[in-house]
Amino acid sequence: MRTILHSDLNNFYASVECVYDPSLRHRPMAVCGDPEARHGIVLAKNMLAKQAGVKTAEAIWQARQKCPDLVVVAPNHHRYLRFSRMIRQIYAEYTHKIEPFGMDEAWLDVSDHPMGGEAIANELRLRARQELGLTLSVGVSFNKVFAKLGSDMKKPDATTVISADNYRERVWPLPVGALLYVGPATRRKLAARNLRTIGDVARCAPETLRTALGKSGDMLWCYANGMDRSPVMELGESMPVKSVGNSMTTPEDMRSDPEARAVLLALSENVADRLRAKGLRGREVCLWVRDCELRSFTTQCRLRESTALASEIGRSAIQLFRCHYRWEKPIRSLGVSVSMLESEDSDVQLSIFGEADRVRRYELEGTLGEIRRRFGSTAIQRASILEGGYAATLGSVEACGTRFME
Amino acid sequence: MAHRAYVRVLVDVDEIGQVQPVKIYWEDGRCFEVDRLLDVRRAASTRAGGQGMRYTCRVRGRAVNLFEDEGRWFVEARDVPARR
Repeated sequence: MRTILHSDLNNFYASVECVYDPSLRHRPMAVCGDPEARHGIVLAKNMLAKQAGVKTAEAIWQARQKCPDLVVVAPNHHRYLRFSRMIRQIYAEYTHKIEPFGMDEAWLDVSDHPMGGEAIANELRLRARQELGLTLSVGVSFNKVFAKLGSDMKKPDATTVISADNYRERVWPLPVGALLYVGPATRRKLAARNLRTIGDVARCAPETLRTALGKSGDMLWCYANGMDRSPVMELGESMPVKSVGNSMTTPEDMRSDPEARAVLLALSENVADRLRAKGLRGREVCLWVRDCELRSFTTQCRLRESTALASEIGRSAIQLFRCHYRWEKPIRSLGVSVSMLESEDSDVQLSIFGEADRVRRYELEGTLGEIRRRFGSTAIQRASILEGGYAATLGSVEACGTRFME
Repeated sequence: MAHRAYVRVLVDVDEIGQVQPVKIYWEDGRCFEVDRLLDVRRAASTRAGGQGMRYTCRVRGRAVNLFEDEGRWFVEARDVPARR
């Protein structure tokens, strides 16, 4: 039987900040984005803030309403990356099968290690505390889903073992939402069939779940019965990229076509640079729009030929935007992504006309991308981006944007 | 309570890249020679905050924790109570 650990660094960003300023441990604190750039939401909070009701992803003003003494700290991503790398170095002393799940979580397959899962989990917690000043919650089990569930059961700084002998007592009474990949929509569908706990799901007929949820019903039934057999990937091994995208929230709402056009062009340029860097091109362009009332939608279109050209991606994104947005409300954020990816070396159907021109444009955009990579994103820009009046912000689109798909 | 006092350090780096602190220069100009290196490990400073490679050194008969945090060095210095 396999031994899988799921290790979760507790309140990661907030804990790293507390390492550098121990006085924050005794005050409610939250790491928050920059309110000036309209990224003013809670990214992480410490236990005291959590006890006061502060929640991740809520706005700073909402958090302050619940907790007037809240200390707000700006994020330091470079530092978080460094801590994430260090904890992985520690994991690597026990196994090479390490599958990161975000910056602060990872699965470890320690089946071949003589120490045993629980002892390794306890040692990892001790080392994280002593070497990094952070606490870990570790779930130990015989599959990834239960290991993840275990790490969520007891926080902070705890080891939870879910074995083949005890999973019925420990896991089945839990609400079904505790299971990995069960979100609010799935929960609602299951509740409509009176399936409220993981045990309810495990005991019901697989056909019932299939009717309710399709193929993922079978998957869920297997998860609930401890039959998840998915392997822990080795470090460096990764899932193939399905799409490459970028989105951004502008400092002020966009209110006109030229503004939106400039943002879409800048995003497309960034997406094209990243596609080229990965040696990919794609056939589908997806647009994401979020208005000032935080309502959002996505829409996509297929291209005749796959592309990694910013001009073609941008043109499609602008076309989609013009077809689907009527300016009922100002816009807060826009995103562009490209999917249906293939390697840039794969065979393509050449067009009789204009192929030489495409090759030239590809080379030209490659050179522009290289200039931006070497000298900064504002080193060279399209004149059309300047039209929107966001030149400075868009210049650093990579820094501002959050990848909404990859 | 303690705080991180960043200091200038003279280090010796051998041919395989191992680092050994030799002298610690205090901000008032005093220089403390490291008599012996007792321990080296990655650690968090529980007293002053911060994290890095911790060099436990014997200086004038006392064990001193000297941390290297991304190229900067600090020691855990005791906070001096404010004078009335």
